[in-house]
Amino acid sequence: MTNREIIENGLWKQNPGVVQLLGMCPTLAVTSTVVNGLSLGLATAFVMAASNASISPIRKYVPGEIRIPVFILIIAALVTVTDLVMHAYVHALHAVLGIFIPLIVTNCIVLARVEAFAAKNDIAPSALDGLMMGLGLAMVLTVLGGMREVIGKGTLLSGLDLAFGPAAKQFVITVVPDYHGFLLAILPPGAFIGLALLIAGRNWVESRKHGASVANVSVASCH
Amino acid sequence: MSQSPYISGSTSVSVIMLKVLLALVPGIVAYVWVFGGGVLVSLTLASITALVSEGVMLKLRNRPVRPFLMDGSALVTAWLLALALPPLAPWWLVVVGTLFAIVIAKQLYGGLGYNPFNPAMVGYAVLLISFPVIMTQWPAPLALAHAQLGFADQLHYIFSRGLPVDVQVDAITSATPLDYLKTQLKLQHALADISQAPVFGVVGAKGGELVTGAYLLGGLYLLQQRIVTWHIPVAFLAMLALVAGASSLLDPVHYAGAGFHLFSGASMLCAFFIATDPISGPTTPKGKLLFAAGIGLLTWLIRTYGGYPDGVAFAVLFMNICVPLIDAYTQPRVFGHKL
Repeated sequence: MTNREIIENGLWKQNPGVVQLLGMCPTLAVTSTVVNGLSLGLATAFVMAASNASISPIRKYVPGEIRIPVFILIIAALVTVTDLVMHAYVHALHAVLGIFIPLIVTNCIVLARVEAFAAKNDIAPSALDGLMMGLGLAMVLTVLGGMREVIGKGTLLSGLDLAFGPAAKQFVITVVPDYHGFLLAILPPGAFIGLALLIAGRNWVESRKHGASVANVSVASCH
Repeated sequence: MSQSPYISGSTSVSVIMLKVLLALVPGIVAYVWVFGGGVLVSLTLASITALVSEGVMLKLRNRPVRPFLMDGSALVTAWLLALALPPLAPWWLVVVGTLFAIVIAKQLYGGLGYNPFNPAMVGYAVLLISFPVIMTQWPAPLALAHAQLGFADQLHYIFSRGLPVDVQVDAITSATPLDYLKTQLKLQHALADISQAPVFGVVGAKGGELVTGAYLLGGLYLLQQRIVTWHIPVAFLAMLALVAGASSLLDPVHYAGAGFHLFSGASMLCAFFIATDPISGPTTPKGKLLFAAGIGLLTWLIRTYGGYPDGVAFAVLFMNICVPLIDAYTQPRVFGHKL
């Protein structure tokens, strides 16, 4: 597989968020704002790139029967590193994202890419695949977070100060001034409806590209 | 879709919907009598929004626009939603609720005949969850209000939230009896003292009971015209009366009686107009009984123990989810076959 294909698959054709429907846990739970969605997306992308890169070189030495526990141990170690680093350097953001950072371990998109790609390919393409799949998920999380934040609160980038300190507060964009707030978008139903609209939107773009043929959606979801 | 025998009259969807709208008229007249003309504005706003959004969605979905618009189902949804909202709700509330009901709850699921949830109740639930303060701010019946708003004042209030200079919001709003009952019971007051408050009428809410009575009248017309069968209204009202009656018999200090539950909130509207929606409800007679009894029980539970004053919308939506299951388990025996 060429690098170009790997990038295309991660960002669009096999996008984990809206095509494979993997990684539903963060997609539904933390996308109440752009900042939350983007930061957890980037953390996931880092874990995916690092786990793919570290599992690819040992793939020939891990017996097939126990590969899943071995993979999970490596992923868990990398998630712990991410968790501790975020706790140390972006503590406020870590407090907001809370349990969802350690939960990256259980996110099936990570194990799925390790199983489907890193266990069969060399280091460089594996790392690229992990990174691109992670960025594809981060993209979905950011867009969904943006939709929910604008409709729910009428702002964009609120909570930026959690990541960059109080000075970043001035970058918060108020899209609709004097907004009443549409609570449904912030609450869990808003995540489901928003994700459904994103999936429908992607399918619509694809079906327009391929003429009248109906877009094919694989439904294999967990968490 | 309905049960066999499949021989039926030639009643079309539009005739049914027209009769449902007609049956709502007594309720609307009583509403205007009790709360003033503001509700007519909500009804108009909801109707226009529903027709426009339905038309646009049908066009986007490449469906024939005219026949679906003329069937009147969008109007029924709009009217039911408008009647469920507080009468002086701001204009955007009505528009947002109707848009959600028609676009997301009805058209995105496939339009008339395909929606698993009652669109009007989805719209209502969305508004109640999103804007709890406005949705629980009910105007007092005109007879009880400290300040009277004329129709022009009501219009002004709906569109700009502006009040005449000498009138405060508190002067035109009051707790609904369901709401009042809940807060007072929480304060450890006895039911006998609570029901002396001016918001209570003969059996239900002062003024409100007139409206529910008018809904009952319209409902009886629907029964007589055979637009709805007896199963759902009877099962719903009987279940609600049963649990409310039994609990008040056992503990009259803490539980309101059957009459109060039947004639306050949206009980009658639900019994004849909301729960009887043929699309989101079950199709078998036994299923209808189960479905409506479930709504009755849940309504009482939510009213008595839940966080919201009235439970009809959530009860209906919850039982809507159970409809496929109910339908699967209540299939009648086909003649000549064993079960």
